[in-house]
Amino acid sequence: MKRNPATKRGRAGRKPVIRARVEKFLLRLYVAGTSRRSRDAILRARELCAGELRGQCTLEVIDIYQEPARARAGQIVATPTLVRETPRPVRRLIGTPARSSRLYLALGFASKSAGQ
Amino acid sequence: MAKLRTRSKSTPAGISKCPTGIQGLDEITGGGLPRGRPTLVCGSAGCGKTLLAMEFLVRGATRFDEPGVFMFFEETESELAANVRSLGFELPELVRRKRIVLDHVRIERSEIEETGEYDLEGLFVRLEHAIDSIGAKRVVLDTLEALFAGLPSEAVLRAELRRLFHWLKEKGVTAVITAERGREHLTRHGLEEYVSDCVIVLDHRVHERLATRHLRVVKYRGGMHGTNEYPFLIGDDGISVLPITSLKNDHKASSERISSGIPRLDAMLGGKGYFRGSTILLSGPPGSGKTSLAAHFAQAATQRGERALYFAFEESPNQIERDMRSIDLQLAGPVKRGLIRFHPSRPTLYGLEMHLATMFREIKAYRPAVVVVDPITSLVVAGSTSEAQSMVTRLVDFLKTEQITTLFTSLVDDTRSLPQTEIVMSSLMDSWILLKDVESNGERNRVLHVLKSRGMFHSNQVREFLITDSGIDLVDTYLGPTGVLTGAARVAQESLERSNSLRIEQELARRQSALLRKRAAIEQKVAALRSEQESNEDEFRRFDARARDRVRALDVERTKMGQARHADALKGMHAASPSKNGKSR
Repeated sequence: MKRNPATKRGRAGRKPVIRARVEKFLLRLYVAGTSRRSRDAILRARELCAGELRGQCTLEVIDIYQEPARARAGQIVATPTLVRETPRPVRRLIGTPARSSRLYLALGFASKSAGQ
Repeated sequence: MAKLRTRSKSTPAGISKCPTGIQGLDEITGGGLPRGRPTLVCGSAGCGKTLLAMEFLVRGATRFDEPGVFMFFEETESELAANVRSLGFELPELVRRKRIVLDHVRIERSEIEETGEYDLEGLFVRLEHAIDSIGAKRVVLDTLEALFAGLPSEAVLRAELRRLFHWLKEKGVTAVITAERGREHLTRHGLEEYVSDCVIVLDHRVHERLATRHLRVVKYRGGMHGTNEYPFLIGDDGISVLPITSLKNDHKASSERISSGIPRLDAMLGGKGYFRGSTILLSGPPGSGKTSLAAHFAQAATQRGERALYFAFEESPNQIERDMRSIDLQLAGPVKRGLIRFHPSRPTLYGLEMHLATMFREIKAYRPAVVVVDPITSLVVAGSTSEAQSMVTRLVDFLKTEQITTLFTSLVDDTRSLPQTEIVMSSLMDSWILLKDVESNGERNRVLHVLKSRGMFHSNQVREFLITDSGIDLVDTYLGPTGVLTGAARVAQESLERSNSLRIEQELARRQSALLRKRAAIEQKVAALRSEQESNEDEFRRFDARARDRVRALDVERTKMGQARHADALKGMHAASPSKNGKSR
């Protein structure tokens, strides 16, 4: 291995730089198909990322009907499941992530504007 | 889906069965688990649920060409593989060959938070993916109830489980779902409510400090099944369940005869020995030679090139070999050549059922022509009389079905009053040979008699037998005023008879010589008489000669006288009537 990763890191390393500053949330949402419950969950998760976690959140939505192998890899039993992969420890939120203090508690941040 | 639905609709009243490949379980259920339906296996911790489920899957994958999915919730994959390796199942290999898919569903309650409504679609997708990836026909969900501990909202869970079982049926897979035994219900969370086709309960009980596993088919919708509680065991090659009553009493009876290993005992048994496939009970007090007789029987089998299996419940194989060497019965050789196998175990090691199961397995694995159980009594005393009877019956039935000739030795302390177990067993036995100690004249001797032997003319004699340097031998019978003479009394009788015969021989010789002498005397007399006769005859001959001389002389004289008188008398006249001449003179 050559010791000149500086440029590479500079190109691909936007994330690490940010992560070093603010704790970055990596959220994965597993849903099953396009049922109303799934659509609802996706909507809520996106709201969350665009709202309270703006700028510090990466959201990945996985449809386990399309990618069944990922259900196994992600140890998914129930849907929808929102997994907080980072920061550690892993948290699994089962059910539609309705915006509530319970959700914020589970995700590990205090609600700035619980009324929204 | 549609295809599956039509299939389930087209199954008529008789349910298609899916063989488990588990020894005995298919017999109880009449062919296996209901095909295409879920079966619930419940039991308390450590009673073998996972192993049963796993064997169902492995047998399906290896024997019936039905790949399977094993979804488990508690152990890890490596733990599971290690646990079932002891049964000879190589899971990694089966996984590699795409015969089995293992899916560990890990549910960490501490990670989980319920934030809203959910369903178990994740589980469904995983299951379906696994099933479709290898075309699985069998599915195991090992302790599905772990979901209750891991997921919130029991009501949701129940609804989803109902949907799961329904889905499994539609999918057409034969499923086994394991569950913990509950206090009031069969399962802790009442899963039996959802699985209505087949329910099997496993149990692990301790009775008189001996633990036995039991299996019971509580429910089998649409199918005949054995309703009893069947003992089962987990051995080196999986589970085997022992059906108690499914064995039939219709084994065929061979008329082939095989040697008891002792020629003179064969002679007592109609001249040919035991029937092949028959059962022989050899009962006697301690030290009466049961093991020796049994070893002879086993060795005779090896000499015919057959295999003998020896269940030794009291002595170690090594000890039996050593002891038999002292009577010139070499067992080490046949053992080495694989013709005799010893199976030693302690009667108290486990319960009767377990012993029986072990014996079944050994017999099935080794396929012997003869079996020795030495002694059966130590097993029988481990259980109650009815248990013992049931066990011996099943063992005998099994052995007869397999056409295996079996010799049971039985330890009795007093042959005059036979214990109840003995009576119970004897009715199952074809031949019963009783060994006894006879104590008389300050010594103990061994005698043997054939109490019964079905289907043959057997000797009714009580015979003494000797355990000699060159094996067991039956000796000739001597009857005295008090019965059979044994030991020193027999030897005395033998010498008495010998001296008797000697006396007779001597008398004979004496008489013979007397006769000879008499004959000699008579012959002498005859010779004397004959010589007397001869002398008489001699005398007569001499007299006769003299008489003739005299006559001649007289004639000459008369002629001379006539000449002197000048008589010209006719010579013929003189010659014709000399007497007249004489008279005239």
